[in-house]
Amino acid sequence: MEKVKILSQYCKSCNLCVDICPKKILAIGDKSNQKGYFTVVCTDQEKCISCALCATVCPDVAIEVYK
Amino acid sequence: MEKVLMKGNEIIGEAAIRSGCKVFFGYPITPSTEVVEYLSAHMPKHGGTVLQAEDEIGAINMCYGAACTGTRVMTASSSPGVSLKQEGISYSAAVGLPMVIVNVNRCGPGLGGLGPAQSDYFQSTRGGGHGDYRTIVLAPSKAQELYDYTMMAFDLADKYRNPVLLLTDGFLGQTMEPVVLKERPEAPAVDRDWVVDGARGREKRVLASYSLTNEIGEANNLVWEAKYKDIQEKEQHWEEFYTEDAEYLLVSYGITGRICKSTVLNARKKGIKLGLIRPITLWPYPEKAFLPFKDKVKGIVTVELNTGQMIEDVKLSVECKVPVHLYRRQGGMLPTEHEILDYVENTFGIAAREV
Amino acid sequence: MEKIFGRSKGLTDVPFSFCPGCTHGTIMRLIAEVMEELDIIEDTIGISPVGCAGFSQNFFSCDFIGAAHGRAQAVGIGVKRSLPDRIVFTYQGDGDIAAIGTQHAIHAAARGEKITSIMVNNAIFGMTGGQMAPTTLEGMKTTTSPYGKDVSTTGYPIDLPRLIANLEGAVYVAAVSVDSPKNINQAKKAIKKAFQVQMAGLGFAFVSVLSTCPTNWGISPVDSLQWLRENMMPVYQMGELKVTEEVKSL
Repeated sequence: MEKVKILSQYCKSCNLCVDICPKKILAIGDKSNQKGYFTVVCTDQEKCISCALCATVCPDVAIEVYK
Repeated sequence: MEKVLMKGNEIIGEAAIRSGCKVFFGYPITPSTEVVEYLSAHMPKHGGTVLQAEDEIGAINMCYGAACTGTRVMTASSSPGVSLKQEGISYSAAVGLPMVIVNVNRCGPGLGGLGPAQSDYFQSTRGGGHGDYRTIVLAPSKAQELYDYTMMAFDLADKYRNPVLLLTDGFLGQTMEPVVLKERPEAPAVDRDWVVDGARGREKRVLASYSLTNEIGEANNLVWEAKYKDIQEKEQHWEEFYTEDAEYLLVSYGITGRICKSTVLNARKKGIKLGLIRPITLWPYPEKAFLPFKDKVKGIVTVELNTGQMIEDVKLSVECKVPVHLYRRQGGMLPTEHEILDYVENTFGIAAREV
Repeated sequence: MEKIFGRSKGLTDVPFSFCPGCTHGTIMRLIAEVMEELDIIEDTIGISPVGCAGFSQNFFSCDFIGAAHGRAQAVGIGVKRSLPDRIVFTYQGDGDIAAIGTQHAIHAAARGEKITSIMVNNAIFGMTGGQMAPTTLEGMKTTTSPYGKDVSTTGYPIDLPRLIANLEGAVYVAAVSVDSPKNINQAKKAIKKAFQVQMAGLGFAFVSVLSTCPTNWGISPVDSLQWLRENMMPVYQMGELKVTEEVKSL
């Protein structure tokens, strides 16, 4: 089950979540959305601590967090 | 029905209250100031709100906000103040907001003077601000019409979702005259399914006027154009005075329209077949009024308090089939009924026949 | 698992039209969450003028009005004076509220108009392509100060919250930032307070939010946050600048 879910239609690849993630499990992926942005992916859901820092800084409200 | 003696500007205020106007935003400027003064004293007693804004721009944009909620709203100012309001009027026209704007015209350009003038005719009838839009313009010529047309203005604004301008002048505004305070005619039922008042149990609504897509922009313009054509078809209003057998016509509105009635009566005493068309709506211009006359009368004189502005609409209305001349005074001066008649006689070479 | 973070009901499902990394979106999220938490979405009418803020009507799920440049507060006052029981907020950029519309800000505060105004301060005109704003910092390069802002000819940055705080009718004035999770959470508290002030009918509430403009600053979104911290925060007074006794007891 995903703890961090990227709503890729909203993602603009700005990197703020990647930069803030304390576990360094977010990265710019290799798939682009309709707008042409390579959207963020979570590389290891197991390591996610559901701290929601990524969602807090995401300016496009493109991240859902589960605990 | 009460008959009372009131100052012109106060009559507008009383008519607004009796029209169900609930909010008024204004800024003092001579010679319109009595409107905000009267309403400040009386509107709160009727559950309304009057706010003296920080400036004219603030006042018109407050009207914009109030109109978005479907509340009957009015503002009043005089020429330089109305110039400042033009941006807000353009936005209001684009969103389709009903509101009444009173312009107690003073003479210009610039700061000008306080005397009666009709120098804002172009500004009033051609939209006035940026973009291609129109406001309905009503031109009262006496106290009773200040009252009646103010009421009419609110109903027209609601009916067409469009700003309505009441164009008067410092003479009418400052003169005390008797007026019958008629009860308000039944307001037409209007669709309020567009107002922004909180999305309680309905879809959210947006009132805005930008169109960043050219195709949408053109579609919007076509919608407005259709509305303006509808108004032009249905809302041309005018008064005729001794026109039936007229060989010559005066065309004049507002205070000079009233003076011209005396001119017509004097002419008739001298055997001159002079008549008067007094436009009540300046936009839409009452071109229908001229249909029976454009192949019939020998000449037309427009009487205006400007360099000749309405004369263009008269020439268009008669398709230049009749000679149209201008008699004008400016800078706050009013013509007498006699000097208008002298001009008519001299212009058309009429030898007066005493009867 | 329980969802602990998601899109607020205060937002529509329309993606923001802002450039990547622009923190306008963060501020909008906070407002939307505050409206949802206070259960006022259906009572609220938002107003935004032109500029980047001018697209707000697409993103908030409450009723919305688009105003002319600088006029959002005047329009908001027209709404509030007509419908005193509704909640009215304006969402304006610094180029708007601190320049072309400053008179309305000053007088809304002086009269204690019962509305909430949010100012987004990114020290630049964003939508028009990065021109100098009254909030532009000394030495800052913009398209109309290409050699760096010379304060001797173009003046000093206006700290609008400090001006507003001096006016009697302003009962809550805060200057916050959305550069870090901690500051974002503080910003949300300030925005919430500004709405609660209005719900209690106490007077004018004003929150200035320092925000980034990576595109027109010409730096990455991550670096923009650092630039904001290092350059803007020392110039603009931060924190709650004014909290009246009545507001404290809310």
